[in-house]
Amino acid sequence: MASIGAVVAKPLRAAKHGDRTFTSIAFLSMLWLALAFAILCLGVLLVDSFLDGRTRLDSNLLTRYTSRVLPDRAGARAAILGSAWVIATTAVLAIPLGIAAGVYLEEFADPRRWYNKVIEVNLSNLAAVPAIVYGMLTAGFALAIGMERRIVLAGGIALALLVLPVIIISTREAVRSVPQEIRHGSLALGATPLQTIWRQTLPAAIPGIATGAILALSRAFGEAAPLLLLGGLVFVTYDPTGLNSGFTTLPIQIFNWASQPQLAFQQVASAAIILMLVMLLLMNAIAIFIRNRYQNKW
Amino acid sequence: MSITENRGGSSDRTGLRAGGSKTSLRSSSKRYGEKLAMGVLIGAAGLSVLVTVGIFFALLIPSISFFREVPVLDFLTGTRWAPTFNNPDFGVLPLIVGTAWTTLIGLVIAVPVGLGAAIYLSEYAPNRVRNVLKPILEILAGIPSVVYGYFALFYVAPVVLKGWFGLEIGTFSVLSAGLVLGIMIIPTVASLSEDSMSAVPQSLRQGSFALGANKMRTTMRVVFPAAISGITASIVLALSRAVGETMIVALAAGTRAQVTTDPREAAQTMTGFIAQTATGESVPGSLGYNTLFAVGLLLFLITLAFNIIAGIIVRRYREVY
Amino acid sequence: MVLSLGLAACGGSDEPGGDGDTSVSGEIVVDGSSTVEPLTSAAGELFGEENSKVNVSVATSGTGGGFEKFCAGETDISDASRPIKDEEAAICETAGIEYTELRVATDALTVVVSKDNDFITCLTLDELKKVWEPAAEGKVTTWDQVNSAFPKEKIDLYGPGTDSGTFDYFTDEVNGEEGASRSDYNASEDDNVIVKGVGGSANALGYFGYTYFEENASTLKAVEVDSGDGCVAPSAETSADGTYTPLARPLFIYVKNASYADKPEVAAFVDFFVASDAEIAEVAQFIPLNDEQRTELETALATLKG
Repeated sequence: MASIGAVVAKPLRAAKHGDRTFTSIAFLSMLWLALAFAILCLGVLLVDSFLDGRTRLDSNLLTRYTSRVLPDRAGARAAILGSAWVIATTAVLAIPLGIAAGVYLEEFADPRRWYNKVIEVNLSNLAAVPAIVYGMLTAGFALAIGMERRIVLAGGIALALLVLPVIIISTREAVRSVPQEIRHGSLALGATPLQTIWRQTLPAAIPGIATGAILALSRAFGEAAPLLLLGGLVFVTYDPTGLNSGFTTLPIQIFNWASQPQLAFQQVASAAIILMLVMLLLMNAIAIFIRNRYQNKW
Repeated sequence: MSITENRGGSSDRTGLRAGGSKTSLRSSSKRYGEKLAMGVLIGAAGLSVLVTVGIFFALLIPSISFFREVPVLDFLTGTRWAPTFNNPDFGVLPLIVGTAWTTLIGLVIAVPVGLGAAIYLSEYAPNRVRNVLKPILEILAGIPSVVYGYFALFYVAPVVLKGWFGLEIGTFSVLSAGLVLGIMIIPTVASLSEDSMSAVPQSLRQGSFALGANKMRTTMRVVFPAAISGITASIVLALSRAVGETMIVALAAGTRAQVTTDPREAAQTMTGFIAQTATGESVPGSLGYNTLFAVGLLLFLITLAFNIIAGIIVRRYREVY
Repeated sequence: MVLSLGLAACGGSDEPGGDGDTSVSGEIVVDGSSTVEPLTSAAGELFGEENSKVNVSVATSGTGGGFEKFCAGETDISDASRPIKDEEAAICETAGIEYTELRVATDALTVVVSKDNDFITCLTLDELKKVWEPAAEGKVTTWDQVNSAFPKEKIDLYGPGTDSGTFDYFTDEVNGEEGASRSDYNASEDDNVIVKGVGGSANALGYFGYTYFEENASTLKAVEVDSGDGCVAPSAETSADGTYTPLARPLFIYVKNASYADKPEVAAFVDFFVASDAEIAEVAQFIPLNDEQRTELETALATLKG
């Protein structure tokens, strides 16, 4: 509390007369207001979710399936497992491809060649494409090759396409920050470029890549739109049995519950939201931990 | 650090290619394992282009079928959107107006708040405060949009708009959706603008102070204009995100496709229509299915246009120090 | 009837999975009407307590959407709040999909307004038509245009989308032609959205299946319908005895014959559905069949088996 007071009082005690004018202080107040508004919104959202959902933060939420018959005991088990399956699929598809593409673009591609320029522009465009379009792409793709649209694999592909640009970009940033000396030393010792990358550059860049990958996956975890397009709103009361099985995810389940008017579903939706937020915070915390602990300081 | 400069983290250009190009890392040996691995890498990078091409075709082919039955001009200028009714009409303007409303309201919230927060964090906040507040703002960005939509539906509409402000508003409205959309985008504007402003060298600020300006003037007359390209880019990016956002509008804006001038009304956005239709019927080949893709194509082109504009602004107006 | 006793016992159980396990396993894919979905989902849940290895997934693409997927071979069972149309039957026939229609419950299509609405208790069929017919689009926008006794407030309409069997049935009965409706209303395949919308606005009106009204009677008011013989409120009794007309209607599930024959889990599920039909209807808050309709159902099931 004392530090907040200090922060607030600092400009008022400003040495320069110019910072104590009415307009300056009014300006600063507006800035505080803006910041306070943002933080207030976050606070209200969290508090409101917690108040609504705290009665349902019980073991049933984790172990039971959603229920028509007993909405008070509805649970998110199918959604949690579905999310786990889909995110795992996404990770397996997107991370190796993303790292490979990022490594190529950063280490080997000559930026003056036209095709590499095209890839550059392309990547920044892809990162801004609305998520639902990736769902449409996957739907079209699934149709073309005769794959069912409502299965885990299709969901994994859609989300992998969504996060691929992000992983590529963060791989590039991580690889770029590895100093050239490391590479030169390795080459001087007789390693081939690929060996250099595999044994020196990449391991050095792993913390940055891991951070980027975790943040990308946490984004995928929270996405519902592309998956809605593939499978629609499905009332699912079973665990996914494999890549070929139907599924639902936490965001979809929350969307489903939010559309039901009964109070019991509202409460369980709030509880599921708390669950999701906790998991997301955890993922973000892990990413920050990795970054702080393992980041190499050159 | 920009993408086009400082490639490979080094400016060492020695050896074979002294003309300013990268020291060649291309292998000169004929190890086939290496060639295979290189092929994999190139393939992975090429995949990204493939994805864009794929998106284009996935959207284009059904759209072509659609436009065979519905003239493009009718689509773009018609004001009645009723694709599945007995007397159907395919004028997409209501959807565009719906999207425009939510985006506009979202930006009205996000830009002032985001910029205000950014200016405070970059110019006024002590380091300790900044290290605490910046991650908190990032949390706002990480919250899934379905949570925001839920928040709009169950809190903003009934409690805030109807309760505190006493507005005559229904469960669904572009106002509640737009407000919450704005809240979601605040970090996008704040984060990128703050990065831009922090990157302005201290020497400019000090020069301004030396000339007798106070902090406010320095910030608004020197730092802000210097960072304008990054700030504008962040706003355009926020715009793209607002246009492309689905879950908030699907939950909170309603399903009434209409051209309206009243933000308290419900209206349907392009993304809302796609979500609604997709969870309904989607048998390939039918006109309804193709309508979905025509709107998707329009959406894709719009966000692509915004993205290109942002890129141009950044490249044209960026100050390199 | 041992089965229904067993059901009643299991219905109150706290266990997530069933302890009784038959040997059926597999996936049953159901899609279709959002009106019928609560019924099928309840059936799937109760069935799952005895057969935990069977996965029943129920989607709500609307009656029309459900039939499209059904006739494309993607689903085993289609939920429908109206009988299959001739065009749809033709598509199924071309695709070689044979099916059996089972009428499983009755529904009183209910017109609702918000509890905060103080000027509507009863509407004649004519007034309903005035509100909903295609000619009303853009023209009939305030309540006083429908009935001069009503206030001059904006009409806020919610209803099912065009893929909904409820939509087909309502437009057929009220507007005289199936599918004929004004299009400037909040349309949703998801009846819960309609509940929310109407509940939140004093001048709103919507229509959907009776279950959705019953479950939300705290925020909604059912409008009595006058089809010429006085105002009748929807209920189990008035639907069963025919006084709530014309909006009392049958609900169906369509079972793919091939699924029934080839997939034992589907056969088990459908048998269970029919046998425990009354139980399921009660749990899901639907109007169960009367005796005559029950006999018809059992006959239909016999043709499916035989």
